[in-house]
Amino acid sequence: MARELWEGNQAIAEAAVRIGLEAYFGYPITPQNEILEWLSRRMPELGRAFVQAEAELGAINMVYGAACTGARVMTSSSSPGISLMQEGLSYIAGTEIPVVLVNVMRGGPGLGNIAPSQGDYNQICKGGGHGDYHPIVLAPASVQEAVDLLPLAFDLAEKYLTIACLLLDGSIGQMMEPVELPPMREVKRREFPWATTGANGRQRHVLTSIYLEPNDEEQTNIRLLKRWQEVQEKEIRYKEYYLEDADVIVVGFGTAGRVALSAVRAAREQGIKVGLFRPVTVAPYPYARVAELASQAKTLLVVEMNSGQMLEDVRLAVNGRTPIEFYGRLGGVVPFPDEILAEIQRVARETPKMVADPAKVWLQRMVETTKK
Amino acid sequence: MPAKGWIEVNDQYCKGCELCITACPPQVMSLDKERLTSKGYHPAQVFKDGCTGCAICAIVCPDAAITVYREVTKSAAQLASAGG
Amino acid sequence: MATMTPENLVYERPLAFTDTPTHYCPGCTHGTAHRLVAEVLDEMNLTGRTIGVAPVGCAVFAYNYFQTDFVEAPHGRAPAMATGIKRCLPDRIVFTYQGDGDLASIGTGEIIHAAARGENITVIFINNANFGMTGGQMAPTTLPGQKTTSSPNGRDVELQGYPIRVAEMLSTLDGAGYVVRRSLHDPTNIRKAKKAIRTAFETQVRGLGFSLVELLSTCPSNWNLTPVESLTWLEEHMLPYYPLGDFKVAPSITAAKI
Repeated sequence: MARELWEGNQAIAEAAVRIGLEAYFGYPITPQNEILEWLSRRMPELGRAFVQAEAELGAINMVYGAACTGARVMTSSSSPGISLMQEGLSYIAGTEIPVVLVNVMRGGPGLGNIAPSQGDYNQICKGGGHGDYHPIVLAPASVQEAVDLLPLAFDLAEKYLTIACLLLDGSIGQMMEPVELPPMREVKRREFPWATTGANGRQRHVLTSIYLEPNDEEQTNIRLLKRWQEVQEKEIRYKEYYLEDADVIVVGFGTAGRVALSAVRAAREQGIKVGLFRPVTVAPYPYARVAELASQAKTLLVVEMNSGQMLEDVRLAVNGRTPIEFYGRLGGVVPFPDEILAEIQRVARETPKMVADPAKVWLQRMVETTKK
Repeated sequence: MPAKGWIEVNDQYCKGCELCITACPPQVMSLDKERLTSKGYHPAQVFKDGCTGCAICAIVCPDAAITVYREVTKSAAQLASAGG
Repeated sequence: MATMTPENLVYERPLAFTDTPTHYCPGCTHGTAHRLVAEVLDEMNLTGRTIGVAPVGCAVFAYNYFQTDFVEAPHGRAPAMATGIKRCLPDRIVFTYQGDGDLASIGTGEIIHAAARGENITVIFINNANFGMTGGQMAPTTLPGQKTTSSPNGRDVELQGYPIRVAEMLSTLDGAGYVVRRSLHDPTNIRKAKKAIRTAFETQVRGLGFSLVELLSTCPSNWNLTPVESLTWLEEHMLPYYPLGDFKVAPSITAAKI
């Protein structure tokens, strides 16, 4: 298929339509309104379900109901809206049904702003709601990658009966890039053995997240954990750039990873032996690969648009073996390649130092820089 | 002459709430204080003649514990067989 | 004892009920409301194509008692879940069953918008003037002066506001099709309640819009009264505040002469 210029949000929405999205329920919140708006036209056009709900609370529960029928269903939101959806996400996880969530992060906490951020990494990667469970979280760094990961999100959600989240930020949602969209597929309503569709001719189905008996709840949690362990074994994905002889390895996801790649390329042209490791699944996190890279590199440099959330996963993987540096921008500020290049140059120049808290060292530097 | 009716109260469901006893128009129901259901309730019962099979007990029963029968009178039976 | 023959049978337990004894308190009219819904499902032959949505509240285990498919909603969200189900399966019958905490407190957003959108679902709303399951706290339907575990001196309207009349409130919405209030405190009213529930499900089957039946109900445990005394309390205290009647009947429903 030919490549066309698409806005990120609209491309994601259209990709979902083409791979058989049957129902969408959402609510406007910047910077993902275009997903809702696009689907408000396309879904009714195709005779599929669309409702703009009273709020994210309504939307996630409509998704919950639709998912119980076995329909392929999706919602999208941004930071404050995701907070509102957390209750529903926990229920969905506890009921063990597939749902896809598109999470377009913005500056926070609170109302924050509508600028791109990665400040909700912990919120979604560590569960997105109360209880012991893990959604699968995919982090694209371009519109094309978002379009490519969306069908995977649906497949993984259905395979593991869980929530699959496409995690991006406002810059990927709003930017326009040349994209090849998947071809239009017919909607294929699957027959799940647990779906509540009317008990005619069979045993009735009850879908609930209640397990009043603690032992039963423990068994459910173990079942969720076992499936999560299978996901961790089989579904980790990442991209590597210029790692073969790298002394400094930059680690970043999504937009931060993308900007870091430009800096890494510029640094290579200056002769610095630096590479980029970009997780595509941030949950499950590629701990094993990061641990391997840590033994190879002299320093790791974690770059994020938050105060050091994925940094904790890197620290976990590295386990004190290798010095880690951190560079973050907060509150909706997107780093420029120049800033990251300056960091790479500094890290390559200085003797690697083990510190107890890389984020603390970074913050001190940030404060001193802004003072000047 | 009023119809003759009879009921069965299912011990599995009856909670001895007494709503049927109050509602019964001929007031022929009471709790059977001589026995307990497996859940520890005194179940409802008809304790004297006079049940007409009106089913008002069943209408008020929150537990659908009561099955109600009514004697089919001769004229009603004739009507039924005539397809009336 | 005469032989029991089919023509002798006047009433038996609805087929749409499972065999499970309910966990409701003795004399609680939740059971009555459940029974009426089950009778209607039997009479209209809907059980095989109905999906129920259970609330959080005393009726949280409603799904143990009906032979239909069922889903469990988060507190207050049943109308939204029902919307999701009905939009994906428009030819199935979807009903929610909710108490006053679920529908009139945490779920006000969801119920208003489901009614405003005219979702073709049926809502059974149990109003017993308190939060039953959690031990009898004040609800948005608690009457002025009524003592509850969180209004121990009686509901003080100055500090705690006035009750919400849900049926009247929803009837102002153009999207609402059939919104009525009935009561379960005596046989006559129970019969009328059943007729309303029947009309509500008929409304859905015929695609005539959003239906809600508010049922004034008793809560003997938390009212600290016997089941029989509770009926009197309902009659004396709740009926004056929550008048019975038809608050919204869309012309298409009247015309259908259900």
